[in-house]
Amino acid sequence: MLEIRGLTAEIDGKPILNGIDLVVPTGEVHAIMGPNGSGKSTLSYVLAGRDGYQVTGGEVRLDGVDLLALAPEERASAGLFLAFQYPVELPGVGNANFLRTALNATRRARGESELDAVQFLKLARAALRDLAMADDMLKRNVNVGFSGGEKKRNEVLQMAILKPKFAILDETDSGLDIDALKIVANGVNALRRPEFSALVITHYQRLLDYIVPDRVHVLAGGRILRSGGPELARALEESGYAGLGLEALGESVS
Amino acid sequence: MSARIEPRDPIEAATEGNYKWGFETAIEMEIAPKGLSEDTIRLISAKKDEPEWLLAWRLKAFAAWRETCEPEWAKIKHPPIDYQDLHYYAAPKRKPGPKSLAEVDPELLATYEKLGIPLRERAILAGVEGAEEATPVAIDAVFDSVSVATTFRETLAKAGVIFCPISEAVREHPELVRRYLGSVVPAGDNFFAALNSAVFTDGSFVFVPKGVRCPMELSTYFRINARNTGQFERTLIIAEEGAYVSYLEGCTAPQRDENQLHAAVVELVALDDATIKYSTVQNWYPGDAEGRGGIYNFVTKRGACRGARSKISWTQVETGSAITWKYPSCILQGEESVGEFYSVALTNHHQQADTGTKMIHLGANTKSTIISKGISAGRSNNTYRGLVRMMPRAHGARNFTQCDSLLIGDRCGAHTIPYIESRNPSARVEHEATTSKIADDQLFYCRSRGLSQEDAVNLIVNGFCKDVLKELPMEFAVEAQKLLAVSLEGSVG
Repeated sequence: MLEIRGLTAEIDGKPILNGIDLVVPTGEVHAIMGPNGSGKSTLSYVLAGRDGYQVTGGEVRLDGVDLLALAPEERASAGLFLAFQYPVELPGVGNANFLRTALNATRRARGESELDAVQFLKLARAALRDLAMADDMLKRNVNVGFSGGEKKRNEVLQMAILKPKFAILDETDSGLDIDALKIVANGVNALRRPEFSALVITHYQRLLDYIVPDRVHVLAGGRILRSGGPELARALEESGYAGLGLEALGESVS
Repeated sequence: MSARIEPRDPIEAATEGNYKWGFETAIEMEIAPKGLSEDTIRLISAKKDEPEWLLAWRLKAFAAWRETCEPEWAKIKHPPIDYQDLHYYAAPKRKPGPKSLAEVDPELLATYEKLGIPLRERAILAGVEGAEEATPVAIDAVFDSVSVATTFRETLAKAGVIFCPISEAVREHPELVRRYLGSVVPAGDNFFAALNSAVFTDGSFVFVPKGVRCPMELSTYFRINARNTGQFERTLIIAEEGAYVSYLEGCTAPQRDENQLHAAVVELVALDDATIKYSTVQNWYPGDAEGRGGIYNFVTKRGACRGARSKISWTQVETGSAITWKYPSCILQGEESVGEFYSVALTNHHQQADTGTKMIHLGANTKSTIISKGISAGRSNNTYRGLVRMMPRAHGARNFTQCDSLLIGDRCGAHTIPYIESRNPSARVEHEATTSKIADDQLFYCRSRGLSQEDAVNLIVNGFCKDVLKELPMEFAVEAQKLLAVSLEGSVG
């Protein structure tokens, strides 16, 4: 279970998150929607522990563990995963090598045994099969020369292999055509199970047709302004943020 | 001579990084008095039972050395070196010429074991991840000024390959040594080469006869141990028509506060259709985090592609030494001959590296490739300096150069100084260069996947060097990766 209470954060002294309260029970998928500048990406970076984002108050717990006290790599070992909006290229670093290094680092941190190359390959191939992805994904360098869709699929592949307890998908749908969107959504859905939960951050309702959330939250001005079921996302799509009377706050931070 | 162990400041020890090869071997040594003169050279020559022609050659080199000055064009700084304050000969005391490994001082064998270089004749470096089966590697071990052991000589002899200390080659194969010594790097070539020619004490000699593919990797492991002693080794490799040999050298030294001079010369000769692959993993003591101590590494390496379709390929991973001054070069004389230079130079703390290559295209349709990866961290300075020269007869010659620099932190320097001279309009020269920093978003991306900051830097640096590391024999590529990781310790955070 992820619990966020009274979370405030700023960048260069400028407040971006102004008191977020959010609970995602284990096994559920929640969506966060909001206009540009509402603090969606900041929330995902703060949860993952990126430098340059100062937390000024509140707390974040994953299954009781105080995430804010941990370094980014420790949060990963604790079971947190961030699928990046803009996945980063690592020239010369093979995807398989990267993933095995990452998997073994988190396994080591949890006191589990490391996987050798053969064991890893078996696991990775199974994940590729589940996601209907080609084997050459492992041979290529991390995100180098990948199309937008391939980068996002690679994020989902990493997630499938690292098997986090809690995943944040930061605008994973941005820049995807409808076919790529379906592949990515199927990949996420394949991971849904009682011990997995996720926060899907998106600009559009579209993704939520494929990854149907248990709850939808509307973020604006660095606060959760409204929460509801999947129907809230559809209402937003039809009437826009303004239609829901959220315009003023949405604009105040943009 | 005895090893002194002094208590060290624990903080200093902790911040120094881990130079794991910095121990000293307590062993009885025979050391010539300090100073360089004709007498010193006569002493060295006498110690080695050398023929008159070699002594004359040394004396000529010494005369040339006295006429020249230390080169000043490199981007390096160091206090003046007092050449009279050095020992020019140091050798472990022993009975003359051990005939077999059984006769080698156990203390020496233990030293090489500790360095991970077992001098027993068995497949070494077994169990390396990814290696299907360990291939045996023949090793020549040079301790201070002399070769202490050469393994697998019989197996090699059966194939017709000569692999022995150069001092022994002078005695056993004088005609070969006389024909080729100084034929690529003349005795008076440059200040440091002249010094080496005058006082070189040992090194490896390799001769691969016509049509023979050397059945195993050859390797020389250099170790500086004695204090205030210069190390001047000389390596000569000859591949006759159609021959192939792959050779690797490794180097380490004890951790000391004073600087130590190392000035080697390597000469390669490739005849028609011959290939020589020469790999270096240079890990001389780099000095401490404050820049105290470390080896001054002034090395002249040059290969002559004399024959048509011959090929010389240099691969170097340079992580050690306080100063590295080194330009492994190819003279592409034979038609369609090929020269390659693959280099990773990593500098951290106060290290200075000025390294690169020279590709001299003389013959028609000669081809050269230069891939240089410089990584600078700490307060270090890393310079690529390279020359590509297309001579008038080099019709259709081609060069491709790629120089990439990676900066870690904001107090280090990376410099790229390419010289291109083309005197043939049909020759083609391409040069690409990039300079980048390890980006924060790359580090964060890796860390968000569970990698520590150090692991992330290592992964990114190894990726950056991949094009070069893949040129190393597999076992050594793994070693080189570990070495890069160790050398980067303390460079971030």
